[in-house]
Amino acid sequence: MMRVVLAEWRKLRRPTLFLGTLGAALFFTGLTTTFLYLMIDSEQGNSDRGRQVGREVLNLASGSVFGFASVGGLLGIIALCVFAAQTAQEYTYGTLRNLLVRQPGRIRILLGKLIAMKLFALIMVAIAALVSISLSYALSNRAKVSTELWFTSDGIHAIGQTLLNVAISVIYFGIVGMVLGLLLRSPISAISFGVLWLLIIENLIGAVKPVTLDWMPGNQLSVIAQGGSPEVSYSHALTLGTLYVFVGAVVATVLFSRRDVAN
Amino acid sequence: MYSLAISVKDLSKKYDSTLAVSHANFEVPLGTICGFVGPNGAGKTTTIRMLLGLITPTGGTAEILGESINHPDRYLSKVGALIEGPAFYPALSGEENLKVLATLGGYPIERVSELIKTVGLDGRGGSKYKTYSLGMKQRLGIAAALLPQPQVLILDEPTNGLDPEGIQEVRDLLKKLASEGTTVFVSSHLLSELELISEYIVMLRKGEVVFAGSMQDLLMQQQPIILVKTESHADLQKIVEIALADGHKATIRSEVAHIEGPAEWAGILNKKAFEAGILLTQLSPQLPNLEETFFEMTGDRS
Repeated sequence: MMRVVLAEWRKLRRPTLFLGTLGAALFFTGLTTTFLYLMIDSEQGNSDRGRQVGREVLNLASGSVFGFASVGGLLGIIALCVFAAQTAQEYTYGTLRNLLVRQPGRIRILLGKLIAMKLFALIMVAIAALVSISLSYALSNRAKVSTELWFTSDGIHAIGQTLLNVAISVIYFGIVGMVLGLLLRSPISAISFGVLWLLIIENLIGAVKPVTLDWMPGNQLSVIAQGGSPEVSYSHALTLGTLYVFVGAVVATVLFSRRDVAN
Repeated sequence: MYSLAISVKDLSKKYDSTLAVSHANFEVPLGTICGFVGPNGAGKTTTIRMLLGLITPTGGTAEILGESINHPDRYLSKVGALIEGPAFYPALSGEENLKVLATLGGYPIERVSELIKTVGLDGRGGSKYKTYSLGMKQRLGIAAALLPQPQVLILDEPTNGLDPEGIQEVRDLLKKLASEGTTVFVSSHLLSELELISEYIVMLRKGEVVFAGSMQDLLMQQQPIILVKTESHADLQKIVEIALADGHKATIRSEVAHIEGPAEWAGILNKKAFEAGILLTQLSPQLPNLEETFFEMTGDRS
């Protein structure tokens, strides 16, 4: 198993992929965090979907990670794209046959790839958290937000909790990407379908019938990152999100382990 | 202890209503070079994929190094393979691509630079795979197949895209590996190349094995042929008629009459042609070669 992880890591660590992905993650993290503080008095809102997040929220012990929690969904979509591309490209390049000749244990291949990609996603999450908290601290003075409670024991606990939530959310998004990659066997199809569903279709359906968002997979995973939302509780999102990911992973694993590799 | 590198028994693969491989039976002894030939779509790659555990047979079984293909994990560490052309990650260098496979298989990383030299890619190992020519990609594919220091080497069209010098290098490499005890199972369209190196041959046609055995036995089964050219093209038909009248099969291909018959009959033909006023410019009795035999047995002239 370790050999599969290390082999996959050799592919993931190449600068164009590693720095490119990190660049995208930091861009969204920076943008979201900066808007949160610089537009704090804007009537158009300073958070996702035009929500207004005031100083009373940012002054709390959890204030340092509010920006980071908000960007969790976007980090998840980045992870979905990376996981989907890394999985589906084995089919389009025809490299899966090489992997299976060198390591015929298909479940081992799948788990090894997943572990390496999780590691990749966790590094992305940790760096994004560091950048978001640093940026929040740097902008707090200008936005007249108090940081007094941010680094108390409650504050540190909130940072740890948010880091965990975002990590779970990002990994779940990644697994969804991997499942799509295995099912569709094409990076373009897997990424297009995933992004289209999460960013457009779910929101369209949610706009027409808001109650459906309580059950939409993408929304559950974003809510996990935020630690719950006014509409969907954290425990509901975590339970339902885990169920969706589990069912998807089982279906994809069964297919992968039984399907002929004919390309 | 096993004496066969590959043993295939009644192996079949059916896709929907198409039987890609039908009840194939053949054996490849250890330490030999075995050519695997057949027209396009005959089922060669499907058979190779079944041997490597990539696709599941719908019937029959096979063993590699005494292990059933139902348990590829038991033999694949001793098998090197190049299947249906090279396939690597375009954004990684040739060397890095091999390191991915070496890491996966648990082979020493130092072996990568050794193999890069062996296949003649030294100096280009650090270049991205996407910048490689077809010949270089093929060389990298052969290097990947050699990573495990295989006891059995399965190569699907290894000389595709190689120049004559590259083809000769591959031929020499395969001969060297076989002399060191590696069993080489190689499919190729270059029948003249296979004839030079193969001791055994497996011939497929429409998913069925039409011959499996030693190259010598295969060629012995065939009638010798006499190639005849005449000064005037119109006389070729007359030569064919003379042959047919004497009970020999004869056809005209590329302005040459191919007549099945023993070498001794060439003298009789020469005399008959002289009597008929036909001037011969070539009269060469030949043992059938693999190409002729292949056409004969598979009925494929494409």
